[in-house]
Amino acid sequence: MSIKAQLFITCLAEQFFPGVLRRMVGLLERLGVEVAFPEEQTCCGQPFFNSGYQTQARELARKWLEVFGRTEGFIVSPSGSCVDMVRHHYPHLFPPGTPEHRLAEDTAARTFEFTQFLVQQLKVTDVGARFPHKVTYHASCHLLRGLGVREEPKALLQKVQGLELVPLSSEETCCGFGGTFSVIYPEVSQAMMEAKVKSIQESGAEAVVACDAGCLMNIAGGLRKVNSPIKAMHVIEVLTADRGTP
Amino acid sequence: MSQAAAPIDFRTNAQHVPPKMPAAVQKATAKFLGSRAALVEALGNDLWQTLRQAGHDLRLHAITHLDHYLEQAERAVTKVGGHVHWARDAGEANRIVLEIARQHDVKKVVKSKSMATEEIGLNHAMEAAGIQVIETDLGEYIVQLLGVGPAHIVVPAFHLSKEEIADLFRKKLGVDAPAEAEKLTQVARTKLREEFLAADLGISGGNFLVAETGTIVTVTNEGNGRMCTTIPPVHVAIVGIDKVVPDWESLTVLLKVLARSATGQKITCYTQFISGPPGAEAETGPKELHLVLLDNGRSRILKSPECRETLLCIRCGACLNICPVFNSVGGYTYGYPISGPTGMMFASQILGAKAAGGLPFASTLCGACNDICPVQIPITDILLHLRHRVVEGDEQEKAVAPYALRMGAQAGSLALRTPWLYRLGSTMLKWLQTPLKRDGWLPRLPPPLNRWTMARPFPAFASDFRTWWRTRSREAKGRQ
Repeated sequence: MSIKAQLFITCLAEQFFPGVLRRMVGLLERLGVEVAFPEEQTCCGQPFFNSGYQTQARELARKWLEVFGRTEGFIVSPSGSCVDMVRHHYPHLFPPGTPEHRLAEDTAARTFEFTQFLVQQLKVTDVGARFPHKVTYHASCHLLRGLGVREEPKALLQKVQGLELVPLSSEETCCGFGGTFSVIYPEVSQAMMEAKVKSIQESGAEAVVACDAGCLMNIAGGLRKVNSPIKAMHVIEVLTADRGTP
Repeated sequence: MSQAAAPIDFRTNAQHVPPKMPAAVQKATAKFLGSRAALVEALGNDLWQTLRQAGHDLRLHAITHLDHYLEQAERAVTKVGGHVHWARDAGEANRIVLEIARQHDVKKVVKSKSMATEEIGLNHAMEAAGIQVIETDLGEYIVQLLGVGPAHIVVPAFHLSKEEIADLFRKKLGVDAPAEAEKLTQVARTKLREEFLAADLGISGGNFLVAETGTIVTVTNEGNGRMCTTIPPVHVAIVGIDKVVPDWESLTVLLKVLARSATGQKITCYTQFISGPPGAEAETGPKELHLVLLDNGRSRILKSPECRETLLCIRCGACLNICPVFNSVGGYTYGYPISGPTGMMFASQILGAKAAGGLPFASTLCGACNDICPVQIPITDILLHLRHRVVEGDEQEKAVAPYALRMGAQAGSLALRTPWLYRLGSTMLKWLQTPLKRDGWLPRLPPPLNRWTMARPFPAFASDFRTWWRTRSREAKGRQ
């Protein structure tokens, strides 16, 4: 019996990193996963929830559960923070004992971030990629502290042929994105982003890898601002390197 | 709200952080975090997590049965000869202390470090009544000379260099001392020794209040706390009602996690246990001990199921040290004596959403504070609830965010949960961005996203996955 995965593409990845999504499909299929895409999906509601708008977050959670709640198999997303939203915050949006709460808990339990899914569920670390470059890794906050995924992305990167994983001094420090934080307190967000960019530059890496669209928008923009040749890449882009873009 | 404070404008404050501040803050916090990490490693992570869990559970037990333990503490303090006063808010607490001062004709007060007194603005109240107040914790002494409050709840002058302090001593004390820690400390020590001997009243806070014996516990490093509480004839301790712990067994756990988390010490140089005044017969020591139990919004915090764990805080400052926002802006930006993640929780609840509603938003929700907190306060969950209180209101406060924002959120939610509207939006954004697009980026955007592009370009909208998926599915079907 094949493993089924429902793509939870997330609104940010859909808007800004469609290439990552295409490669994600290719990689999952290559690993023997049967991939489905529930087309009615939109946004998980995290931006609303994190801004305090729980009413709106609940509406979007309800919609998301309506779409994914009736699917089968795993739900896999290229973004740690969206998975954290589903896994940890959805159940709290509905009163315990209600059918919605039960649905939220059941659905959350089969929702995984991409690297978490590969390493924990598929038990795969070597995906046969080749990327002969110096790479450093930025740990996205919600992936790391929300989902407790610390080693999985690095385990995958270490198996990539030719890839040299170099340490990042600020690996576990927030990049300053923080969703709406970046526009509510732009100066602070900028200072944090610049500190992150500086440590990436000091790492000597040719590329910095992260597992969340939010961090990537911020870090990639920051690197571009200073005309840095360092590329900000989603982990999926590295794991599908040398395989041709679907 | 008890205090009519002007709204705290975190953004404006952040724009005015002195350029040298972040580096100075980071240097100090890195030192504390380093020492802390070494001690946690020495204990082993398993034991550390067990201690955190125990700390959490017993603090939660204490605040859940707060009425019981406070009354027990009151009886115990009274039994050993102390006087207990209950202060509903800052004003009442200040009046109580002023009345004690008046009864003893107090002219000069020496104080050991206390965040509760900072919270209620006691120094201002006393100075307004013509009483001289001298801070005796070295850091507090320094910031008092500068005419400002503490920049950190544990290390008030942590952002200042030895050179800046030497300069300050030269200007304010007229003492020319080299910029060396030992020499500068000696200057303060000599000055303060005279003050301790001349003071009519000693004021302290309390890190804990042990209910079973009525013991006020202070955790310090300089010995000034002991001077303040043993030399002057009267000692007043101002302690938040949240500081009560059931017994000495609980205290042991908390002392263990406090010193490690705060300064990276196994135990501080001075841990003082005050169980009543030495009494009239004693040759030395205060004849009177007054304990002021401060509520100032705490019982209201306790009423909120989502926020009550705010009160577990033991003011170790570890969440400040680890917070990337705090490290970028320093303590003063928060506009409240308690800064950093824990300060945002306290300020926005004690001052209310109107005055401090911007603070819970001054976090990226990165969660580093949750992980470092020695009593496992779910800080970001509390901040999330406080954001909800600000924008939507809850059982404690009405929403204070502008109505337009709410309308915007409603419209946004509608667009995002209606798949065709969401897809239409994606397509329209790709069109609309065309005149602004440069090489796959949007270097400049209109408000509010100009706040993003002032720091870095915004990525161009590029959604095409759905089309790709459909084409691919169609082709796959065609092949079948």
